[in-house]
Amino acid sequence: MTPARPGPTPFPGDPPITPALVQDHGLTEEEYGRVTAMLHRAPTFAELGIFSALWSEHCSYKHSRPILKLFPTEGPQVVQGPGENAGVLRLPDGWAVAFKIESHNHPSAVEPYQGAATGAGGILRDVFTMGARPVALLNSLRFGSLDAPRNRYLFAGVVSGIGDYGNCVGVPTLGGEVDFAAGYGGNPLVNAMCVGLLREKDLIRAVAHGLGNVLLAVGARTGRDGIHGASFASEELTQASEQRRPQVQVGDPFTEKLLLEASLELIGSGHIVAIQDMGAAGLTSSSAEMAARGGVGVEIDLARVPAREPGMTPYEILLSESQERMLVVAKADRVRQVQAIAEKWELNATPIGRVTDDGRYRCTWGEQVVVDLPGGQLIDDCPVYHPEAKEDEAIARLRRARPNPASPAPRPDEALLRLLDHPPIASKRWVFEQYDSTVRASTVIPPGGDAGVLRVPDTDFGIAVKTDCNARYVFLDPYEGGKAAVAEGARNVACTGARPIGITNCLNFGSPERPAVFYQFREACRGIADACRALGTPVTGGNVSFYNESPTGAVDPTPVIGMVGLLANVNRAVPSHAKAAGDAVFILGDTRDELGGSAFWEAIHGLVGGAPPAVDLDAERRLVGFLVAGAERGSFRSAHDCSQGGLGVALAEVAMGGPYQERGFGLEVELPTPHAPLTVLFSESHGRAVITCAPERAAAVTTLAKEHGVPCLRAGTVGDENGVFRVRLGESRIERPVATLREVYFGAIPKRMGD
Amino acid sequence: MRRVAVVVFPGSNCDTDTVAAARLGGSDAYFVWHKSTDLQRADVVILPGGFSYGDYLRSGAIARFSPVMAAVAAHARAGGPVLGICNGFQILCEAGLLPGGLMRNAGRKFLSRPVRVRVEATDTPFTHLYERGEELTIPIAHGDGRYVADRALVQELEAEGRVVLRHVDDNPNGSTAGIAGVTNAARNVVGIMPHPERRNARPLGGEDGARFFLSMEAPHATQPAGAVRAADDRHLRV
Repeated sequence: MTPARPGPTPFPGDPPITPALVQDHGLTEEEYGRVTAMLHRAPTFAELGIFSALWSEHCSYKHSRPILKLFPTEGPQVVQGPGENAGVLRLPDGWAVAFKIESHNHPSAVEPYQGAATGAGGILRDVFTMGARPVALLNSLRFGSLDAPRNRYLFAGVVSGIGDYGNCVGVPTLGGEVDFAAGYGGNPLVNAMCVGLLREKDLIRAVAHGLGNVLLAVGARTGRDGIHGASFASEELTQASEQRRPQVQVGDPFTEKLLLEASLELIGSGHIVAIQDMGAAGLTSSSAEMAARGGVGVEIDLARVPAREPGMTPYEILLSESQERMLVVAKADRVRQVQAIAEKWELNATPIGRVTDDGRYRCTWGEQVVVDLPGGQLIDDCPVYHPEAKEDEAIARLRRARPNPASPAPRPDEALLRLLDHPPIASKRWVFEQYDSTVRASTVIPPGGDAGVLRVPDTDFGIAVKTDCNARYVFLDPYEGGKAAVAEGARNVACTGARPIGITNCLNFGSPERPAVFYQFREACRGIADACRALGTPVTGGNVSFYNESPTGAVDPTPVIGMVGLLANVNRAVPSHAKAAGDAVFILGDTRDELGGSAFWEAIHGLVGGAPPAVDLDAERRLVGFLVAGAERGSFRSAHDCSQGGLGVALAEVAMGGPYQERGFGLEVELPTPHAPLTVLFSESHGRAVITCAPERAAAVTTLAKEHGVPCLRAGTVGDENGVFRVRLGESRIERPVATLREVYFGAIPKRMGD
Repeated sequence: MRRVAVVVFPGSNCDTDTVAAARLGGSDAYFVWHKSTDLQRADVVILPGGFSYGDYLRSGAIARFSPVMAAVAAHARAGGPVLGICNGFQILCEAGLLPGGLMRNAGRKFLSRPVRVRVEATDTPFTHLYERGEELTIPIAHGDGRYVADRALVQELEAEGRVVLRHVDDNPNGSTAGIAGVTNAARNVVGIMPHPERRNARPLGGEDGARFFLSMEAPHATQPAGAVRAADDRHLRV
């Protein structure tokens, strides 16, 4: 028996633990009561910091955990579900794909460049610590209107922050989405997704084990930046949040690149048993989580952690969120080898502790014990809340709203041009042109299409990736909106010819302590869960970001879906845009009178209202099946999802062509008018897509649609290169040169950004 | 089969792509760590793209002091072929192996997109399988891609036919005279901003970049035509 260790004692200079200090650490009285009951004593200052971080919403999911259980997480393709640094799905030939999405909203709101850059850095580390090489980044961004200078500043800063980081590390950005709406004015959303490839047998999990194995801090030194980042992420933004700027971490993509190479080499070497990013809540959460997963204890000498500046206290070292740091558990006799690999990549690797068998989470400063906590309980005994959920009456009323009948109806061609100029719809070329999208020489479909596609080295297959969420739908009807986000992601991926195989999600909401917000959260999750079940796309993990609130209120509820699909043959990848004059144009799916939540009502009538379109999950599944089968047979020349802006915008996008195509194609289309022409053009009914195919394949396409039970309309033909975009709807018509459409669509954002 | 050394600096990120492209072109390509002073009997040296040392000071400014660079310079002085792509081009300029310099893009933003470039010099070891005047679509991805040269240097480059690639249609980064690639007076050292290793297969959008690598394998076109052998049945000048 080892002799009992003395209990923890305060470090010189520690403040006394007072109710005010506890409150400053974001712990409620009841939560603090749990702490003292667990310890049978008051915590030390360092321990208080640990509880504050690990029991923050960001780390503990204390408000969301019961709801997240709704998600389907299993399937034959699932190698690793939720609970690890990233989810992993099986691919053919021994390959697997690791992926995860995460938010960096609060840091980006106060320091857009570094906030966004470090968001990209964090998600990269989550993926390569699974033993996967990052091969794609995506990002999902939301800002207030570009008419406001502050929003333009945030938008430009976030985009260059993400760009500079991802470009330097050498991971291509393959897509994402950018939306603008008043609801994000006080609190932009910055979600970054990373996708990595690995051999399934090389998968490593962040589970500490092996008595006597050695903990090493690898990478950058620990500084005073980002202390309490996790807690910051778990509170509402206020005027005072500007003062949080020093808590935003600073990114160093060059060190990240070295860390990436060193980590993959370490994992491949067999010298280590576990590795985890020191991300949110830094050393504290990485060490506590790895220990808890392995059911072991750890003992760390904080005095040995390489610090960037002298005089750092145990509290600061535990809670620093300095970037580009890894915690590695090395086999006891391999420390030297681990250090040699780190040294090759010009990184520090310093032994700071070891795995113990007493289950305690213990930190010392030399000989002095400063933290001594029951490791498992620290993670598992975090309180779980079941907040009240109740829909906001005003939103329920808004669902019945319609535009003012006195509001004049525009001509169809004018409406189309205004929609193409509407920033949420307009081309995001200004954004993705700043991201390296071709490094790694694997990019088959770059940003600007329905989904990004990359090939897997030395195989025929590839993966398609996309993020999606239409927050207007979720705002108006969270259940249907949640379903819609999954359905749109699946459609986008299927348009390239890939079969959707799984999702990650980033759930951005306001404060869960408000019943109206928690209602949105619960209902959106229910929708996501139902859609994932119907479409066979399990949830492999993700991130919940609550407290996205500012003095102007909560953000629009934005559960972003990161969808991954498997494309059987990259030579058969289907682009989004028309490719040849004379090709047949087909519209798949039914167009209903569903203008609720539409971009048309928003951009033309200034109304975000009405009931958003309902998602028929069975129809979505059939459409996905049709798109994948058609692509496999090489039947389509192009396929494009129909979503925001309805058929009008979808047809225009097919005609206008890709962002680096010099010219678009004309289009000759006639649409039946069971509803008013403007409704037919701009209704956002789900389950629809526009495809083009060579004329001689038209009959086969019709047959295939019938086999799959997908309504199919041959609507017209692709016109000449640089021709005229013509859509006839009974007596109404749109007739504009495609060059005009392109000018509006590709110029909308540069124009607003002054470029 | 030529031995092609692809130098890896800390922060290189196109090294793997470049080795793969050279192998696809038929070469025996391998990595050389920047601390090595031995190019392992290389016939050809490639400095790949990336952000060596994070490009924190100035693109390529620190990498040129890497131990390997002395060997690269010796190889170049002996007439050995050297290709710098993107960051590699920046390093070659910083090291004085190529004239001119690369500055921040005129638009002050990183730019990632396919561009149209014209091949203007085909008497180099990397471009002799192209036709003079041929236009290629190849991606660029750089923040510091604006080639800058004073008037005397531009005149010299033009007069000696040392502009290897030139932007057509538009000049995305504001380079002097639209220059996207140059060669030295001896024509054995070439630097280009576009990334040919990212356009060497049909699923990647085209094969316009492939001949940079095939050229390394085929005997130099300035040799008698009878000595030119088929390289993958493609693009041979007779």
